[in-house]
Amino acid sequence: MAKILIPTPLRPYTDKQDAVDASGATVGELLADLTRRHSGLKAHLYNEHGKLRSFVNVYVNDEDIRYLQKEQTPVAANDTVSIIPSVAGGAPTVAEELPMLSNDEVKRYSRHLIMPEVGVDGQRKLKAAKVLCIGAGGLGSPVAMYLAAAGVGTIGLVDFDVVDFSNLQRQILHSTPDVGRPKLQSAKEKLQALNPEIEIRTHEVALSSQNALQLFEPYDIIVDGTDNFPTRYLVNDACVILGKPNAYGSIFRFEGQASVFATKNGPCYRCLYPEPPPPGLVPSCAEGGVLGVLPGMIGIIQATETVKLIMGIGEPLIGRFLIYDALRMRFRELKLRKDPDCPVCGTHPTVTKLIDYEQFCGVAPAAPEPVTVNNATELTSLELKQRLDRGDKLTIVDVREPNELQINRIPGSLHIPLGDIPKRYNELDPDAELVMQCKSGVRSGKAADFLRSVGFKRVLNLKGGILDWIDKVDPTQPKY
Amino acid sequence: MTEGARAEGARVFQASDRDLAITAAVDEAIRAHGQQTYPHECCGALLGRDGSVTDLVALPNTTEEGPRRRFLVRPGDYRQAEQRATELGVELLGFYHSHPDHPARPSQYDLDHAWPTFAYIIVAVAQGAAAAMTVWFLKDDRSSFEEGTLHHGENPHPDAAAAVHG
Repeated sequence: MAKILIPTPLRPYTDKQDAVDASGATVGELLADLTRRHSGLKAHLYNEHGKLRSFVNVYVNDEDIRYLQKEQTPVAANDTVSIIPSVAGGAPTVAEELPMLSNDEVKRYSRHLIMPEVGVDGQRKLKAAKVLCIGAGGLGSPVAMYLAAAGVGTIGLVDFDVVDFSNLQRQILHSTPDVGRPKLQSAKEKLQALNPEIEIRTHEVALSSQNALQLFEPYDIIVDGTDNFPTRYLVNDACVILGKPNAYGSIFRFEGQASVFATKNGPCYRCLYPEPPPPGLVPSCAEGGVLGVLPGMIGIIQATETVKLIMGIGEPLIGRFLIYDALRMRFRELKLRKDPDCPVCGTHPTVTKLIDYEQFCGVAPAAPEPVTVNNATELTSLELKQRLDRGDKLTIVDVREPNELQINRIPGSLHIPLGDIPKRYNELDPDAELVMQCKSGVRSGKAADFLRSVGFKRVLNLKGGILDWIDKVDPTQPKY
Repeated sequence: MTEGARAEGARVFQASDRDLAITAAVDEAIRAHGQQTYPHECCGALLGRDGSVTDLVALPNTTEEGPRRRFLVRPGDYRQAEQRATELGVELLGFYHSHPDHPARPSQYDLDHAWPTFAYIIVAVAQGAAAAMTVWFLKDDRSSFEEGTLHHGENPHPDAAAAVHG
């Protein structure tokens, strides 16, 4: 018989005694006898596998049996055995609060699960994550597809456009039969077909200062796939105000940019560009064009950074600005620092709520197509056709770029690109009647204004450009 | 009241009443300890008798798993707390710990490591400021905690106290 000292919390199971007797040659035998005599102790001393619980410490004469022979430690009749608690606990860890994976999800994500850097916990983090993609176009397509495939549990999409033929060259969420359908409808179908386990939330609204904060609130990370400056500044400022990371990307012609803005200690878009460029200086993709595969590259960088941020692995693209040149196939990386004087994320911010971003970027709200010519100096496609048919002597001057003329052309036109007009206008007869023409009538209006300013008297502008000519006169030619 | 009846009374309190009285000084000291160790968890022992906490022993958090989310009282410190209770002529009633930036509700980890009969006080510390304080007792079958009621500055068992002092 040896004496076992019982700690306070276990005394209710030993009839309030702080010391009881039990027999056995080893600690293991002694404890087995103890739990036979006082059966209520068993559940608290041993786990379901019959092992001593980690917070149960057993001492033989003040020596922890972990440093003796564990449960095989011999016990003599005059030894004193003490059961002494460790007391442990704590707040739930992130992992304990994450959603579990179903068997189907385990199969689907098995190539993730076998990498220790991701593992089950990483996949559960992805499942718990909520990511909002601004735009379901060029960048939004690869971002949303890869995030959906990777198992990001909730993906929100903001867009209000319909699918156009000219989108299909790069916006891989949408297919030819989707032309004319809302982008969100087409996107949701594709993403849900790719991964039915996740939730796709669609927000068919124009993002604005009025709705941005409310829209962003439920999401963890915002992915900026916008194509204009007012929205870009709006997304940046809203992310800073809400403290949500902004996985940023932008594309133009053959070049793309990517970074992660608005993290806790990292810089924001305004640390890099406090003010927008003057309106019109940087053309949009619709004006300047974009290589179809370019948004694939940049969108996948944004998606990569998003999943890294969610799982908390790797080295995020924070404080680094990546510039990609598709033609040279080169990446450059610029260091970015958080600007203490930044108007949004600096130490004394001057912008603390969302402003009017159209005005901030100098873009007139809802401005109609710029009108640079007056009616008296314009003519329509039909008028042009009638006069040509009548045999009037007219000189049509196409001021578009050479590659545009390869797409379509009014027969018999001269070609001088707008940029060359100032140095080549002397090729034109100042007494001839000129009809200036471009794609839609804006550039040709500028050319007409210039020619009048240098003394040309009979200059007309073709209203609506070659697009209108194709619509009204010659539908056999393609439009772009 | 006989000694046996008092013991029986204490047993009934711990198994079903789930009430715990704390003095204003104890309440204040637990909150202060949680704020002082923020963003790490604090821990300590609750001393007193008959469901009334009268003294605390603040203990070092010796966890090696990250003190923001875990606490550990080693056997040596546990013994020290029991010795202190003996010196004061009271009992070890349970333990307290803080949940930095997390609600004052027990976690699965708390449940896995809980001892029966002990009172577990949890204080939430949000952004460095002590907030809600709750008390929990392990169910006998270890399946979950039951929430108790914290009484401030009053004795939930005046009869039992009268028995002790009478």
